[in-house]
Order: sequence, then C-alpha cells, then structure tokens
Amino acid sequence: MTAGPVQAPPGRARPAATTRPTTAAQRANRSGWLLVSPSLAVVALVVLLPFVLVVVFGFSEIRLVDIPFLGTEPVEWTLDNFRQAAASQAFWGALWTTVLYAGLTAVGSLAVGLVLALALRRRFAGRGLVRALLLVPYVLPVVAAATIWKTALNPQYGVVNAFGRAYLGWDTPVGFLSTTSAEVWGVPVPVALLVVVLFDIWKSAPLAFLFLTARLQSVPGEIEEAAALDGANRRQVLRFMLLPQLRAVALLLLLLRFIWSFQTFDDVYLLTEGAGSTQVMAIQVYTELVTKADIGSAAAFGLLMSLILCVLLAGYVLLSRRTDES
Amino acid sequence: MTRRRSGHERGAMGGVRATRASRVGRAVVVAVALLWSLGPVAYGVVLSVRPYAEVTRDPLGLPTELDLSAFSTAMRDESDGGFGLGRFVLNSLGVAAGTVVLSILVCVLGAYAAARVRYRGRAVTNGIILAVYLFPGIVLAVPKFVILSRLGLTSTLVGLLIVYVAATVPVALYMMRNFFLALPQSVEEAAIMDGCSLGQLLVRVVLPIAIPGVVATAIYVFMIAWNEYFYALLFLVQHRDLWTAPLGIAQLGDFQVPVTVLLAGSIAVTVPVVIVFFLAQRYIVSGLVQGAER
Repeated sequence: MTAGPVQAPPGRARPAATTRPTTAAQRANRSGWLLVSPSLAVVALVVLLPFVLVVVFGFSEIRLVDIPFLGTEPVEWTLDNFRQAAASQAFWGALWTTVLYAGLTAVGSLAVGLVLALALRRRFAGRGLVRALLLVPYVLPVVAAATIWKTALNPQYGVVNAFGRAYLGWDTPVGFLSTTSAEVWGVPVPVALLVVVLFDIWKSAPLAFLFLTARLQSVPGEIEEAAALDGANRRQVLRFMLLPQLRAVALLLLLLRFIWSFQTFDDVYLLTEGAGSTQVMAIQVYTELVTKADIGSAAAFGLLMSLILCVLLAGYVLLSRRTDES
Repeated sequence: MTRRRSGHERGAMGGVRATRASRVGRAVVVAVALLWSLGPVAYGVVLSVRPYAEVTRDPLGLPTELDLSAFSTAMRDESDGGFGLGRFVLNSLGVAAGTVVLSILVCVLGAYAAARVRYRGRAVTNGIILAVYLFPGIVLAVPKFVILSRLGLTSTLVGLLIVYVAATVPVALYMMRNFFLALPQSVEEAAIMDGCSLGQLLVRVVLPIAIPGVVATAIYVFMIAWNEYFYALLFLVQHRDLWTAPLGIAQLGDFQVPVTVLLAGSIAVTVPVVIVFFLAQRYIVSGLVQGAER
C-alpha cells in the first residue's frame, strides 16, 4: 500500500509530481477511495443490485419455479402485478393495518420513552442500574420476547387469563392473539392488533428513552436554575424549557419508529402469524413469496411499500436538515 | 426563560428543587417502569424452572422447587430425548461470529474514511451510506432470496452469513464513524507528520485508541446476527439441522413442545446477549445516540 496518509507530510512530496499543492489532495483521494471501496462493494452487491432486480421482478411475470432459468430467458414486461395489487382487498387491508400499527407504535413508544426520560432525569441512588434494567426488553432476542408474551397470553395456562378469571371476573378466557375485534363497553376494540402494538412499544420504547435522555443531558443546568430564580415552577420549566428542547429529536424518533415499524415482520409473525387481522405489509410480502410462490407479486408489494417509505424518508431528510441548521 | 420575569417575587427556590410529592411521583413511575420492563422476563424465568404439569394446573403459582430439567431437555440432541437447541446454538454462534469478523473488517476501513479522510466524492459516498442505513430492508428480501437461491446458497449457513453481513454493514459503518469522529485528531496528525503510512496509521495509531468503539460495534453486530429471525425462516425452515437458535425456538413452538422447555430455551439464548450487552452498554449507547445530543 503506497497511498499516502490523510494529508501529505510537508517536504515529502514526490519529486515526480510536477503539479504543485495537489499531491496532498490526491493522496487523500486515493486513500479515501481505497478505504471506502470494500464498504461500497458490499453496498453495491447487496443493496443496489437487489434493488435493480426487485424493480425488474415487480414488472415481470416470475414465480419461484422460474428461478433456475433466471438470466437465460428474456424478461417479459408487464404491469399485472401492480394491477392485481391495486385491485386486491388483501393489499389495501394490509396497508391500513400497517399504517395503524406503525402509527400507534410510534406514538406509544415515544410517549413511554418521554415519561421514562423525564422521570429519570434527576440523579438518585441507583439511577444507573434502573436505566440499564429498562433496556432489557430492547436487548432481548425477539423470539424469546415473543415466546414469553405468547405464553403469558395463552388462553389455557397464561398468567393474564388466569389472573383475569381469578380476580377480574372474566367468564371465558380471552384469545388475545387471535381475536380480531371485541366489544369493550360497547366500543369495538381490535384486540390482537393492540396486543402486537403493545409488544412493539414494550420492545422499542427503551430506544426512544435513550435518545431523549441523551438530549436532556445536554440541556445545561444553569438555564433551569435561572428559570427557577425567575420564579418558574416545575410545570413551567417542563412546558416552556424542556419540551421545546426535545421537539426536534422527538419528531425524528416518531418518524424513524414509524419507518421501522412499517416494515416489521418478526414481531407480528411470531406473535400471531397474521391471525386476528394483524396481516401487515411485510407478512403480505412473505405470503406472496413463500405461500403463493409468486416472486413478481411479492416484489410489487415490496415496491409499493418502499414508495410510501421513500416519501417518509424524504421527510426525514428535510427534517434533519432543518435540525442541523437550527 | 425571560418571559417569566414577572413572577420574580414568587420565592426563588420554589422551582427546580425536587419536592416531596415529586419524589414520590418519581418513585411510582420508576417502580411501574421496572415492573413493565422486567415483569414479562421474570415471568419467563419463573415458568422455565417449574414443572410443566404444575404450570398448567396452577398458572398463577410460584415455583415450589427449582426444576432445571427443562433447560437440559431443550439443549440435548433429538437422539438423546431433547430438542436439539444445543446444535442450533452452535449454528447461530458460527454465523454470528463470521458476520462480526467480516462486517467489522469492511467497516473499520469505510468508517475511518467517512470520518477523517477528505477525498473527492466523500459527500456522495457518505450520503449513500446514510441512505442505505435508512433503506427499508424488507423490500430487498425478495431479490436477495432469488439471487441466493439462484446461486444455490439459500439452504446453507453461508447464504445466511452473506445476508447478515449485508444487513449489519450500514449500521456498523454508522456507529464506527461516530466513534472515530469522537477521537482526538491530534495523535493522528502527529503520526502523519512522522511519515506514517496509511496502513501503519490505522493499525498502530487509530485502532488502539478506537478499540472500545470497535468492540462495542462488534457486540452490536453480534446481537443483530444472533437475534435475527426473518432470513433464517426464509432460507432454512426446511433444514432442521441448520436451524439457528431463534428459528429453532420459533419452530419448536409449532410442535408439541412443553412451554416450559420453550421458555428455558428462550432464557438460555437471551442470557449471554444480555450480559455482553451490559458489559459494553455505555459504548454501544453512545454510538447509537450520537447526534441526538444536539
């Protein structure tokens, strides 16, 4: 490796280089590309190439059985996959379910994270330990977490139903993970979907808590003291000083969690396998691919999903620009 | 804060000092939060040490004695009357370790370039890396599955390894770049002055001070690979001997496996991850939330 380091050391410019100060920049150029090329190669192979292919698949008629002949036959272009998606009840149903799921999860995990961050803002004995313990749901493998929740909600031996029947006067066990809708005081409630949302909030709120805590720690204490000297009470400090400071990061968290939850597969599939009207988009893609063996249709579903996400991502970029500037 | 000046007379110290009521309120919130976070986990642990018959008879009961048989039943091989989780764990361990090595090797270089080297096209490549980090991964599942199955790799652990490296490179790049940015630049400048080559600079100067960040990223990458479920399901569901630990536990849930054994397996695959995470918690957290402080 002959490439020079970040900046050329003074007085060591190669004699062959007749052009003046470009050597340093040239060397930085060469080392930069040398260092970044493995990363770019991975990105190109496993992100850009698949992306091109998913577009091709989405616009062509291709099924799982066609895989051995891929690349040997010309592509037959068609819009059928998108036409079918737009005409199918399953697609629109899944889209609505996904939006509801992602929206509720984003709001819920932000709210829980905010309460935790504010409650643990001041120093107290054992705060470090409490903070660490609150991260456990986030670190837990999703399969382990789902196994525990499924057991707890099981109609026969789960702790929730046992408790409900022993102390809350439930007549029959509730199938939390298979009930599409139940009347609670006359209001229809999407039971299974809410359980899945609750599970995701449980798993993702710690991350929101971490981000908000990091932001809170950088609010200088003097400002708050000054406000107190000026006679601001605790609620005013919260309302007029802390929350405005948190607004930007809270918005980013909302958006990021929505984007991540919008494509969730594991949590929902492990808990319900799509039962109880919890067929989110990612499960639809999986069903089209594995159960229906229709690559084209699965690709089209995926592309429509990413179209929606791209709009959100654009929003994210604009938002983070604004945050950077302020 | 200036807008509150009118209330100046109203007692200077009333504001920030925690009142008794607020301390009680905080204690309640903390207790509820701990119950909410740890309750389900504690429930899982408790059930895993109770005999299955007792759990079905009395779901609300506490363990009367410590019964660890579920753990050994979960781990033992099928031929030995168990459920083969031991082998699944070895599969997971292999794939996760391979992912860590490959992903970190690639990303140390890329992240350093992104953080320090001023080369032409740097803004563009950094933009690509951020875009990939935020890109919806599920969209690429279909073509990745097709490519790897065309190459005959979908029913192998190698195929899984490739997908995991792909999935972890963006986040590892992002985290390590943050760590490199936080390092003092003066040491590197001194080394460059002394005529250090790029390779020497990385190995002798940068890595030794960046090692906590590299280890934290490695642990995070390991956790992602160790916990991953979707691709394992997509690729390996029909090859029981190749199941990873998460896939194994999820699949066994569909069989007639006693729930105590499933929970024992879940706890067994969780404990190592949780311990390792907490050892490196401070560094991982700082790598993840960097940028949020502003």
